[in-house]
Amino acid sequence: MKLTVNGVAHDVDVEEDMPLLWVLRDELKLDGPKYGCGVAACGACTVHVDGVAVRSCQTMVGDVDGPVTTIEGLGNPDEMHAVQAAWLKHQVAQCGYCQGGQMMQAADLLANNPNPTDADIDDAMSGNLCRCGTYPRIRDAVKSAAETLKVS
Amino acid sequence: MGRIGTIARRTFLVGSAALLGGVAFGYYKYRQPVDNPLDDDLAQGEAALTPYVLINADGVTLITPRADKGQGAYSVQAALIAEELDVELDQIKVDPGPPSAAYWNTAIADEGVPFPSTDRGMAAETMRGFMGAVIKLMGMQITGGSTTVPDGFEKLRVAGAVARETLKAAAAEASGLSVTQLKTERGAVVLPDGKRIPYESLAAKAAEIAPVTDVTLRPSTQWRLVGKPMQRVDMVAKSTGTQAYGIDLRMEGMVHAAVRVNPRKGGEMISFDASAVDGMRGVQKVIPVTGGVGVIADNTWRAFQAVDAIEVEWGAAPYPAEQDEHWQALADTIDAGDADATPRDDGDVDGISATVEAELRAPYLAHAPLEPMNATVLVTDSRVDVWTGNQIPRMTQASVAKMTGMELDDVHVHILMMGGSFGHRLEDEVVKRATELAMAMKGTPVKLTYKREEDTLQDFTRPIALMRGRGAVADGKVTAMDIQVAAPSIMDSQMAERQGFPVPGPDTTITQSLWDQPYAIPNYRVTGYRAPKLGPVSSWRSVGASQNGFFHENFLNTLIHAAGADPVEERLRLMTDDPSRKTLEAVAEMSGWGGELAANKARGVAFCLSFGTPCAQIIEITNGEDGIKLDKVWVAAEVGKVVDPVNFENLVAGGVIWGLGHAINSQITYADGMAEQENFWDFEGLRNYQTPEIIVRGMENRGYVTGVGEPPVPPAAPALAEAIFRATGERPFEMPFGNVFTFV
Repeated sequence: MKLTVNGVAHDVDVEEDMPLLWVLRDELKLDGPKYGCGVAACGACTVHVDGVAVRSCQTMVGDVDGPVTTIEGLGNPDEMHAVQAAWLKHQVAQCGYCQGGQMMQAADLLANNPNPTDADIDDAMSGNLCRCGTYPRIRDAVKSAAETLKVS
Repeated sequence: MGRIGTIARRTFLVGSAALLGGVAFGYYKYRQPVDNPLDDDLAQGEAALTPYVLINADGVTLITPRADKGQGAYSVQAALIAEELDVELDQIKVDPGPPSAAYWNTAIADEGVPFPSTDRGMAAETMRGFMGAVIKLMGMQITGGSTTVPDGFEKLRVAGAVARETLKAAAAEASGLSVTQLKTERGAVVLPDGKRIPYESLAAKAAEIAPVTDVTLRPSTQWRLVGKPMQRVDMVAKSTGTQAYGIDLRMEGMVHAAVRVNPRKGGEMISFDASAVDGMRGVQKVIPVTGGVGVIADNTWRAFQAVDAIEVEWGAAPYPAEQDEHWQALADTIDAGDADATPRDDGDVDGISATVEAELRAPYLAHAPLEPMNATVLVTDSRVDVWTGNQIPRMTQASVAKMTGMELDDVHVHILMMGGSFGHRLEDEVVKRATELAMAMKGTPVKLTYKREEDTLQDFTRPIALMRGRGAVADGKVTAMDIQVAAPSIMDSQMAERQGFPVPGPDTTITQSLWDQPYAIPNYRVTGYRAPKLGPVSSWRSVGASQNGFFHENFLNTLIHAAGADPVEERLRLMTDDPSRKTLEAVAEMSGWGGELAANKARGVAFCLSFGTPCAQIIEITNGEDGIKLDKVWVAAEVGKVVDPVNFENLVAGGVIWGLGHAINSQITYADGMAEQENFWDFEGLRNYQTPEIIVRGMENRGYVTGVGEPPVPPAAPALAEAIFRATGERPFEMPFGNVFTFV
C-alpha cells in the first residue's frame, strides 16, 4: 500500500492491521517514533497524520488516509522546529525516550492553539507519559515555543 | 584533601605498556595490575591516555563507563575529564567503553558500611577504604546508588590532568620548548607564540613518551566547567528525536524476537502449543527459553503477535500466590522476632511506655522505564556480541560467557543509551533470554524486544515492606521511636539468586535510611527483619530508602503531632548534622514555613538522608471538591558540589515527581502468582496535569561530594502524607494513597 512519510512516498507490503508504529520503525527504519506501551497509554509513538497527532501504536496502517509526519520530519538538528529548539533551550530531556512523542503532541497543540493556557497544556500533554518526570520543563518549553511561533 | 584524595593516591599508579602500533598509558593498579581495556583495540597512531581518554586522528573520545539511563551520566563524566584536559564538551565524543575492571566503582560500597554517611571519622573512612578495595578487586563496574559523581569527582579529573600533562610533554619534546612555556586550551597545546598544536596531532608522539603522572588538580576557583550551567552532550539528539537507544539498533541480517516467560516469575513452563503460529507471516522459528518460549520473526510486531498466539501452560509460582499471603509473611517475620539486624539502639526503648503506635505499608512497585527491556545478541563460533542498555556490564559478560561456553574475553558487551532504568537495568534477564535465542540462531543477530506487558509482568519489583512503630512524647518533644521493619531481601533475590553473588551479613537495604538519620532521639531503635522469599525483588530508584524514608518520616511526623510540636522546629531540635539542618532551614525559608495558608490548603514536611545526600522537602496541597491537588514543592539537597546546576535541577524535580507519582498512583499486587498490573493504564506514575510546581535548591556546605539521582525520592511521599493529614485529619499509613484518598 502507499504511504507518504515526511514528504516521501513509499510502497509498503504489510498487513492492513499492522500498527503504523511498526511500519515506520521496522519497515521504513524511522526510529523517532518509540514503542512504549502498544496501547496508546504513553504517547511515545505520537506522529501526525494529516497534521493531527495520533498514537501510531494504535493506528492500523490500513486506516492511514493522509500524509504522515514523524519527529524526523518535524525538524532536524540542523533545522529545528520551534518546538525542538525550545526543548533544547530548556534542556527538557533526561532519558529522552518519550520526548519525540511529547514534541509531536506539543507541535499539534500549538498549531491549533497559539496561546495555550496552563490548563490547555495540561489537557493536551497529559496523555504523554514521562517516567523521568520532566513535566515542569515540558510546560516551560511549550510556552517558550508558543512565543517563538508568534514572532515568526 | 580527605578521602577521595586518598583513594586517588592509593590507586592511580601508572605504568606504560608497549602495544601493537602504539603505547597505552595509565592503568590503575591496586595490588595486581588491571589492564587498560582500551589497549586491546588501539590502532596505529592512537594513544589511550588513562582508561578514560582516547585520542586519535578523528579527535578526542572520553570514556564514560557509568551508564547513561537519562540522568546525564555521560555528560557529567565528560565534564569532569574535560575540566582538566582543557577540551570543551562540543569538541569531544563520549563512549561508554568496554566492560572492564578498570572502571570499578568504589562509591557503590559506601551505602553498605556500618557507619552513617555523615561520619567521616577514621574508623568509618577505613571501612569505606577497605570496601572500596574489595569492590576494586572484584571489578564491580556498576552504575547505581547515586555514585557516578562521588566515584568520579576526583578520579576523572585526575585522568584529564594526566592526559593533559602528557600531551604537553609530547608538545615540549616536539617543539624543543619547556613544558612550563606551554598552555592548553580547547583541545590544543598553545605555544608561547600563539601557535596551536591540536591534541589529535600529538597523539602519536604522546604514545612514545612516559606518561606524566605527577599532577596537581586545579583549585575550584579555576574551574571552567564544574559548577557552571552546561548543555548536556546528548541534548541536541534528545531534542530532535535522533538519539538512538538499544531498541533502535539495526544490523544487517538482524531478526526480531519476542518472548513470553512464565508470569509466575521463576516458575516453569509445563508445555506449549505453537500450532497457531504455523503460517503466520514473517515468523521464522519458535524457540523454547528458560521458563517460556520465544519467536523469531522479520518484524517486531509480527513476533509480538506470534508469541501471543502460542498456548502455554504455566507452572506454579515459587512464592505465595496471593497478595494477602505476602503481607502476612511480613507480619509473621516480625512476630517471629528473629532480627536480621539492629543497626541502631540508643537509650532504653524497652523501658519506655509507648503512647503512639502505627503500622505502615509500602507496596511492590515496577520500574517501568519507558523503553522496554531489549537486547541484541550475535553468537558465532569465535565470539559473542551483546548490545544492550545495562548497568552491570561485567556481570552480564560473565553470565553470557557461562551460558555460551565462551571465554570471558570473547564476550563483547556494548552498552547503548537507555530510555530510563530506575534500577530495571541492574538486571539482565533480557540478555539471557536473547542469548538463548541467539544460540539457536547462530550467525544471525537477534534483537529481543519485550512487550510492555512482558516488561511489567517479568519485572523484579521494589520489595513490599511492613513497618511497626512505637513511640513516646513528653513535654512537647519526641522522646522515643522504635521502628521494626520487615521486607524480602534484595540481596538474596537480586545478587545471590540471579547473579550468583551472595552478600554475607545482614541485608543493609532492609534498614537503609532508617537507622542512620541524623536525629538525637533519646530512645531510638531500628530493627530489620528479613522476610522469606516472596515476589522476586530488586533495586528500585533509592532502593531501601524509597519505602524507609516514607516509614521513618511519616511516623516521626505522627510523633511530632502527638507532642504538639512543629514538624520543622522539632526536627531542627533533634538534628545532629549541620548540613542536614541547613537543608531543612532552606526549605522552611524558601516556602515561608509557618505563614498563614488559605483554608483548604495544607503543607507537609519531610527529610531523608540517603546515599550520603541530605534532602528536605515541603509540599503544599489544596483539598478541593475534585480531590487533593499537589500545588508546589520546595526541595533542598546537600551534595557538596553541584557539578551542573541545569541537570541537577532536572534530576531533583524528576526525583520528587517519581516519589509523588508512585506514592499516590502505583502498586504491583499478586493474584494467582502473577502481577495484576501490566501496562501504563493500570501502573502509571505522575502525569503532567498532576505535577506540582517544584522549586529546587542545591546546597554546598561540606567538603565531600555526593550524588542526587535518588535522594530526592524518599522525602516526597512522607511530606505529602503529612500535608494530607493536615488537610483531612486522616493520615495515610499505606501507599499508594490513591487507594483511600481522591486526587485531582
